[in-house]
Amino acid sequence: MSDEPQSTLTHAVPERAEPQVAGETVLELAGVTVELGARRILDDVGFRLKAGELTGLIGSNGAGKTTLLRVILGLLEPTRGTVTVNGADVGRSVGYVPQKFMLDPDLPVRARDLVALGIDGQRLGVARPSRERRERVARMLGAVGAADFADARVGRLSGGEQQRVLIAHALISHPSLLLLDEPLANLDLHSARAVVELLARIAREQRIAVMISAHEMNALLPVMDRVVYLADGRAACGRAEDVVRADVLSRLYGHRVEVIRAAGRVLVVAGEGDDAEPTHPHHLDAEEH
Amino acid sequence: MQALLHAIVEPGFFADGAVQTAAALGGVVAVVAGLIGVFTVIRSQAFAGHALSDIGSAGGSSAYLIGLAPLWGFVGISVLAAAAMERIGVQRARGRDVATGVVLGVGFALASLFLYLGMTYHNASGEIPTILFGSVFTLSASDLPLVMGLGAVALLVVLTLYRPLLLASVSPELAAARGVRVRLVGGAYLLALAITVALCDLTIGAILSTALLVGPAAAALRLTGRPHRAALLAAGISLACTWLGLLLAWDSFYWPPLRHGWPVSFFIVTLVLIAYLAAGALARGQTKRG
Ligand SMILES: Nc1ncnc2c1ncn2[C@@H]1O[C@H](COP(=O)(O)OP(=O)(O)OP(=O)(O)O)[C@@H](O)[C@H]1O
Ligand SMILES: [Mg+2]
Repeated sequence: MSDEPQSTLTHAVPERAEPQVAGETVLELAGVTVELGARRILDDVGFRLKAGELTGLIGSNGAGKTTLLRVILGLLEPTRGTVTVNGADVGRSVGYVPQKFMLDPDLPVRARDLVALGIDGQRLGVARPSRERRERVARMLGAVGAADFADARVGRLSGGEQQRVLIAHALISHPSLLLLDEPLANLDLHSARAVVELLARIAREQRIAVMISAHEMNALLPVMDRVVYLADGRAACGRAEDVVRADVLSRLYGHRVEVIRAAGRVLVVAGEGDDAEPTHPHHLDAEEH
Repeated sequence: MQALLHAIVEPGFFADGAVQTAAALGGVVAVVAGLIGVFTVIRSQAFAGHALSDIGSAGGSSAYLIGLAPLWGFVGISVLAAAAMERIGVQRARGRDVATGVVLGVGFALASLFLYLGMTYHNASGEIPTILFGSVFTLSASDLPLVMGLGAVALLVVLTLYRPLLLASVSPELAAARGVRVRLVGGAYLLALAITVALCDLTIGAILSTALLVGPAAAALRLTGRPHRAALLAAGISLACTWLGLLLAWDSFYWPPLRHGWPVSFFIVTLVLIAYLAAGALARGQTKRG
């Protein structure tokens, strides 16, 4: 396939000054609670993300995925709790691909320009053009398989093409953490698999902690190291096989759910009866401490 | 060369002092309008720009009432109105039209009041068409330093904020995630827009100034998909329309029916429209060939 990413990212991105130690904690959330108005959107959420790992942030519509990502980015102040990125406060070392992305087709911004804005779009003034800069952008576009439409206006690209350009925009500044909000929502099965594989490779090869939100976990199952499962604002975290279990998810939802596995896919469905354990279990971590 | 020029242009065009002043003032304003206007179009703030210029007529007429130069009235009211729009929420996609509409309504009410007072008590009927439709030929060379200063402020704001402004115009969310203070950047842009609109009010009049702000930018955006090029191209189109407009207006002194000269703003705005249509045709040609 010509749209499969060809080159590898280690080639695309110069090595970082300090290579990270395997499994170093990149992000830590503790006791994060978000109340908007009278509603509690997130309730005592805590987990860690490690370098080189790909984590799925799973939850149905309205579960609080976008809210959680906005808290991590520092766009939303939590009511309680702390967010620590790289041992420091949230810096600019976080790459982000937002959920809804509708661009004006007439916007005079090529894919190439948007990726270049990923290098230093927050700085004042006009960027000084240089060959090094151009080549860096071109390598990044190549690495996400976006070289073919690098000169098209971003607003005129398809959803999947825009997704790749945005990933390049987020990655080019060497973040230690990459957050993607529903990146697979607009993709067909083939493109979704290509993007998931690309992200998994980015996580491994660049030692980046990657977090992908999704309301449907099956596309992520083959590559997901860990899962943060959100329901009613509360989270269960750990390895997929430890979290995606009837007992853990029943406690999380506060009512009985079944986890059905068939043909390598997982389905979470509401169960019969209502014999779940009491709600508000505060230690849902299925993680082995 | 001289002979050729004289054959197409009435003699005296390049030697006349008023023409030189008009060319300098109109040129500065045209370049500023083109560059700033590109962001106005990208940010879908054309309506806000138009409202600011309509409100400018209140500023121009009130300045006349209290004996100030119209430019001070244009700038003062435009910046005030921009601040009001920002407070009401012009930066939110959904609040934009509401904020603009509210401020526009108040502005029109003030404008009609001041124009009425001006006509009744000051016999200003000669000034009013100038405020509404502008006349770059009536400006004096002493306006030039102030116009250049204000233009420089607007350009400086946009050049300083270029990258964050562009990113925030593409997606406020992406910009915010990179630590850009989106609202501050948008507010600063609104200030630059208000100044630019005031300058356009001065040269081509409060009613027509949106055309100079948005027209060349819209034409440029049809022709190029690159941000720097769009800005430079818009400035170029705007400058060409302004200068050509001056030339035609000068020439029109000898045209029927009045032998009195047609209004220069008419020519500039018409040329902008032609440029916009031509850019559309060119762009369609490009896509057909490509
Ligand atoms: N600004 C706000 N004020 C009040 N409530 C809000 C606000 N933003 C989000 N919410 C609520 O918070 C809840 C979680 O929203 P969020 O966008 O995080 O869900 P999500 O998991 O991303 O859903 P989706 O899969 O649909 O994107 C929703 O019920 C939403 O109504
Ligand atoms: Mg969401």
